[in-house]
Amino acid sequence: MSHCQSPIWSAPAGQATVAVLGMPNTGKSTFFSQLTGSHAHIGNWPGLTVDLLQADLDLEGRPAQLVDLPGIYDLRGHSEDEAVVRRFLESTPIDLVVVILNASQIDRQLRLALQVRQLGLPALLLLNMADEARRFGVVIDAEHLGAELGLPVLLVSAKYRRGLAQARQAMVRQLGGASGPAAPGVAAPPAAIPLLEPLLEAGEPELPGRMAALLAAAVSLPPQWRDRLTRRLDGLLLHPWLGLPLFFLAMALMFQVIYAIGVPLQEALGALLDAFGKGVLTPLLSGLPPFLKGFLLDGLYQGLGTVTAFLPVIFLFFLAMGVVEDSGYLSRAAYLMDAFMERLGLDGRSFVLALMGFGCNVPAILGTRVMRSSGLRLLSMLIIPFSLCSARLNVFLFMAAAFFPARQGGLVIFGLYLMSFAAAIVTALLFKGRFNSSEPLVLELPPYRFPTLRQMLNRAWAEVRHFWFWARRFIVFGVVAVWLLNNLPLGVAPASDASLSGQLGELLQPLLGPIGINPKLTVALVFGFIAKEIVLGGLAVIYGQADPAALGRAVAADVSWTQAVSFMLFTLLYTPCLSTVAVIRSESKRLGFTVFSVVWSFLLAWLVSFGFFQGASLLQQLGVLG
Amino acid sequence: MRTVPLLADLVPGQSATIASLAADSGLGQRLAALGLRPGQRVELLRRASWGGPLHLRVGMTELMLRRRDAARVGITALGGAA
Ligand SMILES: Nc1nc2c(ncn2[C@@H]2O[C@H](COP(=O)(O)OP(=O)(O)OP(=O)(O)O)[C@@H](O)[C@H]2O)c(=O)[nH]1
Repeated sequence: MSHCQSPIWSAPAGQATVAVLGMPNTGKSTFFSQLTGSHAHIGNWPGLTVDLLQADLDLEGRPAQLVDLPGIYDLRGHSEDEAVVRRFLESTPIDLVVVILNASQIDRQLRLALQVRQLGLPALLLLNMADEARRFGVVIDAEHLGAELGLPVLLVSAKYRRGLAQARQAMVRQLGGASGPAAPGVAAPPAAIPLLEPLLEAGEPELPGRMAALLAAAVSLPPQWRDRLTRRLDGLLLHPWLGLPLFFLAMALMFQVIYAIGVPLQEALGALLDAFGKGVLTPLLSGLPPFLKGFLLDGLYQGLGTVTAFLPVIFLFFLAMGVVEDSGYLSRAAYLMDAFMERLGLDGRSFVLALMGFGCNVPAILGTRVMRSSGLRLLSMLIIPFSLCSARLNVFLFMAAAFFPARQGGLVIFGLYLMSFAAAIVTALLFKGRFNSSEPLVLELPPYRFPTLRQMLNRAWAEVRHFWFWARRFIVFGVVAVWLLNNLPLGVAPASDASLSGQLGELLQPLLGPIGINPKLTVALVFGFIAKEIVLGGLAVIYGQADPAALGRAVAADVSWTQAVSFMLFTLLYTPCLSTVAVIRSESKRLGFTVFSVVWSFLLAWLVSFGFFQGASLLQQLGVLG
Repeated sequence: MRTVPLLADLVPGQSATIASLAADSGLGQRLAALGLRPGQRVELLRRASWGGPLHLRVGMTELMLRRRDAARVGITALGGAA
């Protein structure tokens, strides 16, 4: 082939590019974060439409850039992730590929290492999860395997930080030592490979034979499956009839525990922040003009404070989800739910993603990338936004506490979770005909694993930081905007009918009046379209109350409980946030679909709130309901 | 009458050797990458209720596979419980 593609990207001079490549779930991300600490950032690579995680690393004086590629099964595969990896390798000069495989599954995963070998890229093979391999009786002669393959092979356990120092040294050696590139014969100055396919295709015929020979020479597999723990647990947790009830019981328990611990923490933190505002900030700011002081205290501080108070619940939520995911139970959920999801035109993976959406919708929608059929992907993207995410949860916890005694409040929250499932199910049933797919489903069920405390805490902490980062940006913006709407045009009484927000609220009354949303709540909802994190801060500004309890009382004095529930239902069902809309747009690559998804969620939200509010009002008139 | 026994016909506890894959190249590749390739021994661990997926073991890997897709995998010898 004569055409020569110039690299569209290259690292700064002297910096080596090291790509981490491996099959899904082999522990690439674990390895990556153990090696780089928390300095990783999402990088945008030219020529790739997706973002890759990358981090700078100092390899004994040699600066390197580590890039985490998506997990793939086969370099010749047809999935989007596989195409991304191919495009990356074709466009980026790489100094070293670190191939990570699951040691206990070397019997099938070795294939990927052989494919990398065919490309002739400088490489290093890490057999991760050495602990599991040992436990299951898989014995690997790494040295022998390395000699046969012609590249260094190391057994490591990323999760337990075993063998990482050696892996690091091996990386340094492969890069030609600390001095820099091009110790002769070790690492030639890299060039991107313009086309992978011919190389891979040429190597394909001899691959199975080569693999069998290598396995015979360097690996001994156990005659019998040795993971008794997984066998026993699966006997119970995947039981044809007990499996599903046990799963829902586990989920219900998980939420119980989160609230039992989280809500008191949230109240304590709220009280603390309030005391700080009253005791420290108020005297400190007393010299400022009332307008500015009100803005800083009742607007900004209150808005940020209310959301801060919810961080413990969110932390616990992500902690629990992390444990469920890491233990291997989440893949079992896909198995258990697949029969049901199939009838909705979806599959077990859609269920797992919707479940992850209870944390945040955005990564859940990104997760649909594992699906190849566009019908299945779109239908999954249509239902994920109905998952009650943590941002909405904080609105509901607040409203439930303001309008109901503790026991009833818990039921209301539970009811909203049920509603969230119901909306997803109804949506799937209505539209499965338009987005059909016959995508096959094959998923790995990994052995059960014990999550380590450190790993779980780190992860939950990272999620909370991420949430806080978003929330802060949106809240500052939202609070400023709501404040302005309430106080403009100049000279109006704040939030009165004459103010911009009053006018906006009035304007939308014909639409929102029938569902019980008054002009003040309307303003909160309008800003909630940008992000649900704004809703509470917005309410605080609109009702001019600093203390959460006082805000609760002010809202409760202004609207009835039926209006409040209608408001919650609407908040649950309409578009979660602009970020979700943006990611639906970028992932579906279809404007029409994005608009459809937004319109449908509004319509459903309106219909459900209308049904509830009118029904409840009717029952109240008949004297059936209080 | 069908002559070729299929993966979907196994009962829990049985194992067999994979003979053929009647899957399109995408699925074929994915199955192969997960270890389901001709000549490999596969064991059926259990079936989910309500027509749900199969739980299989191939080599050192455990998988779930929908029945519909398992009906595209031909097997040879049926073996007894392991
Ligand atoms: N027993 C054991 N488990 C590990 C080890 N390394 C990672 N894990 C676990 O393996 C699972 C997958 O790890 P990840 O780091 O998320 O894997 P990944 O390859 O990045 O997965 P994708 O992001 O899906 O490609 C997690 O539950 C880890 O805790 C290890 O050395 N030993």
